[in-house]
Amino acid sequence: MTTSIGKRELDDAGRALLNRSTRGRQDFEDLVVVPVFAVIVALILGALIMFATGVDLPTIGKSFVALAKGSVGSLSAVSETLTAAIPLVLAGLGLGLGFRAGLFNIGAEGQLLLGGTAAVVFSFTFDGLPFALLMPLSLLAGAVVGGLYASIAGILKATTGAHEVISTIMLNLISFQLLNYLLRQPFIQKEGRSDPISKSVPDAGQLPRLLDWIDPNLRVHAGLFLMLGAVALVWWLLFRSKIGFAFRASGENPDAARYAGIKSGLVIVAAMGTAGALAGLAGAAQVLGVLDRASPGFSAGIGFDAIALALLGRSHPVGILFAGLLFGGLEAGGRQMQVDAGVSIDLIAIIQALIIVFIAAPLLVRAIFPWGFRKSDNASGGSQ
Amino acid sequence: MDVELRGITKRFGPVVANAGVNLEIKGGEVLGLLGENGAGKSTLMNVLCGLYHQDEGEILIDGKPVKFDGPGASIAAGIGMVHQHFMLVPVFTVAENVVLGVEPTGRFDRLDLETARAQVREINDKYGLEVNPDALIEDLPVGIQQRVEILKVLFRSADVLILDEPTAVLTPQEVDDFFEIVKSLRDAGKAIVFITHKLHEILEISDRISVLRAGRITGEGDPRQLTEEQLAEMMVGRPVSFTVDKTPATPGQPMLDIKDLVVMRDNDEIAVNHLSLTVNSGEVVGIAGVQGNGQTALVEAITGLTHTSSGAIVFDGDDITRMSVRERHRRGMAHIPEDRHKSGMIANFTIAENMVLNSYYDDEYARGAAIDWPHVSETAAAFCVDFDIRTPSVFLQAGNLSGGNQQKMVVARELERETKLVIAAQPTRGLDVGSIEYIHKRLIGSRDEGDGVLIVSSELDEIMALSDRIVVMYKGRIVAQFDNTGGKADRNAIGLAMAGATEGAAA
Amino acid sequence: MTNVTEVSIATQHIETGKQRQSRIIGGLLILLAIFVVVVFGWGLSGDATFRLSRPTDPFALPNLVVPSAPFTYVAAALLAFLGARELIRGGTRWTSMSLGIGLAILVFAFLVWATTGKSFSLTGMLQATVVRAMPIALGGLAGVLCERVAVVNIAIEGMLLAGAFTGALIGSLLGGWVGLVAAVLVGGAFGLILAALVVTYRMDQIVAGVVINLFVLGVTSYVSSQVFSEMRQLNNAPVFRAVKIPFLGDLPVIGPMLFNQNIFVYGALILVAVATYYLFHTRSGLRARAVGEHPRAADTLGINVYRTRYIHVTLGGMVAGFGGAWFTLGSVGRFDENMTGGRGYIGLAAMIFGRWHPVGALMAALVFGFADSLQQKLALLNTPIPSEFLSMAPYIATMIVVAGLIGRARPPAADGKPYVKE
Repeated sequence: MTTSIGKRELDDAGRALLNRSTRGRQDFEDLVVVPVFAVIVALILGALIMFATGVDLPTIGKSFVALAKGSVGSLSAVSETLTAAIPLVLAGLGLGLGFRAGLFNIGAEGQLLLGGTAAVVFSFTFDGLPFALLMPLSLLAGAVVGGLYASIAGILKATTGAHEVISTIMLNLISFQLLNYLLRQPFIQKEGRSDPISKSVPDAGQLPRLLDWIDPNLRVHAGLFLMLGAVALVWWLLFRSKIGFAFRASGENPDAARYAGIKSGLVIVAAMGTAGALAGLAGAAQVLGVLDRASPGFSAGIGFDAIALALLGRSHPVGILFAGLLFGGLEAGGRQMQVDAGVSIDLIAIIQALIIVFIAAPLLVRAIFPWGFRKSDNASGGSQ
Repeated sequence: MDVELRGITKRFGPVVANAGVNLEIKGGEVLGLLGENGAGKSTLMNVLCGLYHQDEGEILIDGKPVKFDGPGASIAAGIGMVHQHFMLVPVFTVAENVVLGVEPTGRFDRLDLETARAQVREINDKYGLEVNPDALIEDLPVGIQQRVEILKVLFRSADVLILDEPTAVLTPQEVDDFFEIVKSLRDAGKAIVFITHKLHEILEISDRISVLRAGRITGEGDPRQLTEEQLAEMMVGRPVSFTVDKTPATPGQPMLDIKDLVVMRDNDEIAVNHLSLTVNSGEVVGIAGVQGNGQTALVEAITGLTHTSSGAIVFDGDDITRMSVRERHRRGMAHIPEDRHKSGMIANFTIAENMVLNSYYDDEYARGAAIDWPHVSETAAAFCVDFDIRTPSVFLQAGNLSGGNQQKMVVARELERETKLVIAAQPTRGLDVGSIEYIHKRLIGSRDEGDGVLIVSSELDEIMALSDRIVVMYKGRIVAQFDNTGGKADRNAIGLAMAGATEGAAA
Repeated sequence: MTNVTEVSIATQHIETGKQRQSRIIGGLLILLAIFVVVVFGWGLSGDATFRLSRPTDPFALPNLVVPSAPFTYVAAALLAFLGARELIRGGTRWTSMSLGIGLAILVFAFLVWATTGKSFSLTGMLQATVVRAMPIALGGLAGVLCERVAVVNIAIEGMLLAGAFTGALIGSLLGGWVGLVAAVLVGGAFGLILAALVVTYRMDQIVAGVVINLFVLGVTSYVSSQVFSEMRQLNNAPVFRAVKIPFLGDLPVIGPMLFNQNIFVYGALILVAVATYYLFHTRSGLRARAVGEHPRAADTLGINVYRTRYIHVTLGGMVAGFGGAWFTLGSVGRFDENMTGGRGYIGLAAMIFGRWHPVGALMAALVFGFADSLQQKLALLNTPIPSEFLSMAPYIATMIVVAGLIGRARPPAADGKPYVKE
């Protein structure tokens, strides 16, 4: 059939179809009510767990105060919260992007470790370079290595159908061993040390601290801008770009995407690579901004927390930013809590896990708080 | 055994699927239940077999009210259903499928498959079903699978058999055999409910007919006193003719030329076996055949979704055998996929997004690396108006549309551009009559503008109504070809070819 | 006439997937043969001594002494033969078998190479293999039980960890047997939670599994650092010792491997046997598999899909809880943070490797256990290969398995999909 495409004059009927229906209450419930309830319930359950393990009531109260104080109670607390949020958000963006493309990447931890190590190695190998080159190139090295490492899982899935959950878990376990091995190599290991630890990042390779003119102990660094830039970039990528459309289409319905001529293999490798690059960037930001060197397990579970983050943020870049700030706050507050109230910071991990349970199972939250929600119709439940 | 449904009402949220339906089912009688897709036939029967609970009304068996709290209770009461989509476990044997849920067992819960096999054979012999109890379901043709479904119901000593669109997957000759089985069951005193939207079948097999439209009974009667026209009007609510208005075709140059094509399945079976076929511009070619004879693989090969093992595909003079899906699409090939939910659309995407699913990259819609969304939305709105897609907004998620509107959306996406060849697989499966008529009109419209049109459908009626030329596919080959100018192809001969009975009938 | 010849030529060009697979595997085997000659065979001399018995054993076998260089060349020749056979007449059902035999030969060649000039206790390693395989096998069995009813259980890792933790805590308080029962119950409880999340609340199965893992890791680490660090008596459970079965336990090689082990080994073997009988020979097993393959069909026949899934996922959790107790009650008696170290995930891989069959999962677990104990023992032999790379070997093997290079198995058809009643 021949139909002329190109600019068309829409009649009234057509223009009427361009009405964007206002965001419904359903969206409000999903995006605001469920997360808020989830956080509250998780905190309450966290208190119950403390109580069950013999922590007395005043101490529980004290820990919550410490939690608040350590996350937002002072400039230094805010600085710590932001510092903790930077790698979480970067890695979370990668995972969220993967989720949108239908890929469940559990391998952020490994990608982050290897990316961070690459950044460190690059920075001290090219020690002579000026800051304007060394710092960005070191970050880039981290992103590239993280991306390549993740691509292994992507390529395996694209060519053989190997499920990315298993292969990324294995890549994580492999990366731990690989890191141990690398950190003992003479050109990486710090001189005069027998334990696995790398040389330090030269000054010109470091992400500069932003507030050290107020107090040299404020650790928040230029990775903050990297994080905000990445949020904007991922948003554009997902919702405005052609490749992002292909990602989302493949994630929502791989069959339909294939029928529409979107090459699923390419999407899988590209999405996995991008996700890995962001995780690698997270590792690089962590070593260049905070840690100064690579050591075994320097990722400290950021890659796993980022999974929680991406779920909490509904795989939306802005949601991930907020979730990252929340988790960063929990992290910073948790350290304060450990110091002030003597409650182990592992409690934070429990609270985070509980938050995801309630986020990922909105039906569960609705069952616990029926009064928080409009009665839903049966019709919205099943597709015929 | 007699069953009576009294005032059955079933709602899904705001949608009323059945509204106060009364129905009487009697032993030794075939009740034909007629209605178009979405009229509420399946819902009503799912209530009867315990899968749904009615919101109002009651079910009486031999005059006594009963309540089914699940399929188990309904089965125990003697009601058995053969579902439209077979409820068989593909990796189990016939015997395992038949006994599932009522298995004979020995000590320690041990499955007694020996007894099961013997019992299956017994029923087999009694009704002449001829099914091997040890065959794996996935190895059986659909016609035999259907017999397994009937075996299952009989094994549970059902007195009421509900057959939901049972002939959809059968050749005309298989339908005849199937009707013989139905008659023998009726003569054995069983009550049969025969659900269909095919008028000639219901007139042939039923002893009594009830017509369902929009969830209500709109007519009842005796098949001997009813005509197809009357039934059609009861079913649709207005006079309809099921013939498609079209002029004789004026075929031009070959638009699609398939030469000696071979396509393998993943399991190394041959799906398309040295097949050659030409579709000219300005004609509709219909591929008839029982599903599973390689039609899907053929369509996937033409559209670039699967690898070909040998042979060539020539589209408008160019060899496209190795070209990507996108390149074929770009050159003017339109593809309406056979299963819109699975592969034709993305339910969670908006209508606007779905409208550019396979053209978003095009310069028409893209600015550099980004998509020009305002332009996409306006175009989508124009398409919706053109194709009469009923929606409040192009930003609505496509999953919220009715089936007919979803399919129109897919058809609009494929046809609203420069096309040369239209590949339509099951273009109207599961749609209401209004949408079917509309889509048929559009396909003929494409032909009249000079496109080649290839239609694959398991509904022989649809093939007969649309095609200028009909080819029959059997076991990966084209076994017969028929001229259908003026709809005059021999239905019976096509049926025989579909069953693989003849080779190479004259064109 | 021309038509006919064209057709036959075309047919020859069509390569089936099986032929492609055997071509790849054939090539791989020949590469391995070259590898064995070049890396292991080059300049090798001396003997490798394998000890089969301890001097105290009642039926002592003499040591197995293998001349290294000849063995290596014979192994390479065998590999080359298998490879060439696949390349020439591939596509038969022997393909997987050839690869399996080839890999076994490779492992032996490697062992001989590593042991040359030294002596090495083969029986000890095989015994360690069985021991180390058990948590993986039990994890894999838990996975089989869940996935046969179409629930993907990523949470095996968390269930193992929960079992290990509970075993240590309750075992310290109330003794080993109570600890074991408690570990099983807690594993089952997490199975129940997983079932509730994915069946009733329709949470994404992988997300639910990941969350349970994070939660269990959080709780056990929290209690471990909050409570155990101060009250060490809560983390000091008795350990189940090996129980020797009379006579059978004295058999050479087999005896130490299978009949002189603790209850976890016996328990796992019995559970695998019971699960196999249950899944494939009983009424309930048939129904469970039907739920995993075609839940709607099962539903129309009056089988309660939700209840079936609840029961099997809970059972799977109990099996994993039992496997978890191995880490504490069957091994060191003390709980450490994250002490399962990814064994649950390897169990999952064993399940896939074992094609969703209990016996297959056990066999796959033995392969992983072998790799694990090999790595431990090789540290003693001072091989030039860094130990990190040996540690990676099982993970790399898992990826290769999952990538389906050894033939793809078919998971239950409804695996991972929630069932929504209409």
